[in-house]
Amino acid sequence: MNALSFLLSLAYLGLAFLAPSPVSHLFGLAALGVTASLRLSPTWRILNLALLTLAFTVGLMRSGNTLGLIGLVGILVALTTLSRIPTGIRVLLALAILLLSVPLAGFANTFVFELGIQIGIYAAMALGLNVVVGMAGLLDLGYAAFFAVGAYTWAIFGSEQAKNFLQGPFPLPGEFMYLFMVIAIVTTAFTGLLIGLPALRLRGDYLAIVTLGLGEVVRILANNLDHPINFTNGPQGITPIERPPIGWFRQLMATLGVHLDRTTDYQLFFYFLVLLMIGLVVLVNLNLANSRFGRAWVAIREDEIAARSMGIPLLPTKLLAFMTGAAFSGVMGVIFAAQRTFVSPESFTLLASITILGMVILGGMGSIPGAILGAAALTILNLDILKTFSEFVRTSLPQIPNQVDPAKYERLVFGLILVLMMIFRPEGLIPEKRHRAEMEEA
Amino acid sequence: MLEQILALLPQVIFDGFILGFVYAMVALGYTMVYGVLELINFAHSEIFMIGAVVGVEVFRYLAPQVESGFLLLLLALILGGVVAGITAILVERFAYRPLRKRGTTNRLVPLITAIGVSFILQDLVRLIEGLWHNEFFLRMRTVEDLEGSVSLFGGAIFAQTKSFTLMGVSILMLVGLTYLVNRTKLGVAIRAVAQDLHTASLMGIDPDRIISRTFLIGGSLGGVAGVLFALQYTTITPYVGFLPGIKAFTAAVLGGIGNIPGAMLGGLVLGQLENFFGTYLPILTNGNFGTEYKDVVAFLILIFILLVRPQGLLGQVVKEKV
Repeated sequence: MNALSFLLSLAYLGLAFLAPSPVSHLFGLAALGVTASLRLSPTWRILNLALLTLAFTVGLMRSGNTLGLIGLVGILVALTTLSRIPTGIRVLLALAILLLSVPLAGFANTFVFELGIQIGIYAAMALGLNVVVGMAGLLDLGYAAFFAVGAYTWAIFGSEQAKNFLQGPFPLPGEFMYLFMVIAIVTTAFTGLLIGLPALRLRGDYLAIVTLGLGEVVRILANNLDHPINFTNGPQGITPIERPPIGWFRQLMATLGVHLDRTTDYQLFFYFLVLLMIGLVVLVNLNLANSRFGRAWVAIREDEIAARSMGIPLLPTKLLAFMTGAAFSGVMGVIFAAQRTFVSPESFTLLASITILGMVILGGMGSIPGAILGAAALTILNLDILKTFSEFVRTSLPQIPNQVDPAKYERLVFGLILVLMMIFRPEGLIPEKRHRAEMEEA
Repeated sequence: MLEQILALLPQVIFDGFILGFVYAMVALGYTMVYGVLELINFAHSEIFMIGAVVGVEVFRYLAPQVESGFLLLLLALILGGVVAGITAILVERFAYRPLRKRGTTNRLVPLITAIGVSFILQDLVRLIEGLWHNEFFLRMRTVEDLEGSVSLFGGAIFAQTKSFTLMGVSILMLVGLTYLVNRTKLGVAIRAVAQDLHTASLMGIDPDRIISRTFLIGGSLGGVAGVLFALQYTTITPYVGFLPGIKAFTAAVLGGIGNIPGAMLGGLVLGQLENFFGTYLPILTNGNFGTEYKDVVAFLILIFILLVRPQGLLGQVVKEKV
């Protein structure tokens, strides 16, 4: 067993060196599956994972095929879920993947950076929604509204837009983005308060519909507030939006021996920024879960009436969950706006809200690694797999009408994921203890 | 300003009624399913959309064959109702029933499933239309028999004849449903299951069958409403169900969810309100806030009702037992 899996991993390493192609990546994924599912002694398992990490990285660098990225995500999942691996090793390997493998792959294929940044932004948002849905059990279907408020907060002041209603040196210089990340926490938490105050008095399913409605209201406002005073520039959206200057980052990288050019410098910078944000968000999440508030949220989720009898004030506690989730989303909105230098109401539809909800549900409600895995899975599916599939259909099946382009069928895929998860595995891929118990009880 | 408002008023009220009847018919589907299962059937807006799409297709293919426009409309209504009703049954059978059998107490699980089903149906219709015609923006074919118009009250109201057809059919449907629920055996069974599923099953009622029938009836009503909607508003896409669906749900809540006369009343009231604001907002604000804010009005009404009178206009207060 042990020797077999080790041989498989070695074989893949050889393949990655000599013949990097989608097929060899698939072989690598199979080797990873073997490593994860067989009963191996911990030492061999760690060795295999390390080998596979190296192999996927090499494969990515030499072929740039994003299947390798799926392999790396798979290794991260294995590191979080497999038992009997020392914590030190887990952290070391995970850091190696995030800080070395992905950037190296990104230099070979800049699309990997794009994927990494999008996964990161969505993962942070999924973690925010996880506080609301997973911990406090409040189904929010308008979560993209907070994302929009955050993105517009920076977009309006980081572009010419603000000149329409204020005197001042607009666009503000890029350094202000950091300040606006803090400001966005305030604006989105305030939006959360405004939306939450009426909505949170309601029962679960009504709350879902009302938040959905309010999410739409925010989108309608973004779409129509270009008259009488032009705040949001309506459907055209706002562009260009300032980015922070990164001279210092280039120098820092140069001293480390990494030469950045114009296509990769901002990508790498935003990738690291997003990683840093996820680290912070996970820390906040962990601390919240073990705090007085976290326990109060769980109590409310489990039994509202019992929680109230124990003296937990319902509305303030729920509001706090709502505002916390909103704040995470707002900060990511600022980064999103700066990274793309463009925002428009199109990015904040119901589909976006449901996408984030799908991430939380796929990973497992209330589970932190689950939310990150869900974000990675759905983002890769959406930006990479469906697009590749579309290319395939276009080139090899030209008789199919162009309206039947798989990339246009995100809703179908998300809908299937939601329904199948609810029927077959409502606790998610990486379940959280308490949720699993609850689902099994039923 | 005031003269302008008064001059438009009859027309606004008339158009509000048209919209209101559509909402009323769709709201019935929400209210019946909620009454029986306490589930907000999110996918109902897609059932409505499927009815509309079937209507468009019937008109597209049968208009050259069928002489009389009214016969064509009757065919479209029957087919739209049947297809939508069958879809509703299938949705219940394959998405909601497994959850019920597992007996989860969590309210969020069925709701999330319903959202998923709704997304699946939207894209399935788009896929079918894409394979069939390579387009998914559908336009209802106009048939001469159904395109007439009259002026009422000395020109105060301009009305298309098809609007009267819409109102007539809706009133018939509403009366028929009221009769069915109050006077037939099936109606008694539906009410029994809504009252208490477990006890009803002890009295020899098969709850699964009754729930299936409830979905069939609600779905057919939604489908018929969809066909009429397509006739009246002509442009149909696979995503057209979303807003009317949410508003019809608002109407059901406004009337008192689970209450059938309430759903009708709620639909009519909401239709009036929405049309009123949609027409008068631009006038009252000198064009600063346009018609596009009428959807915001519907959502604000929903929130307002839920806060002030969650049981709705005709609903009863349900006490929660601890």
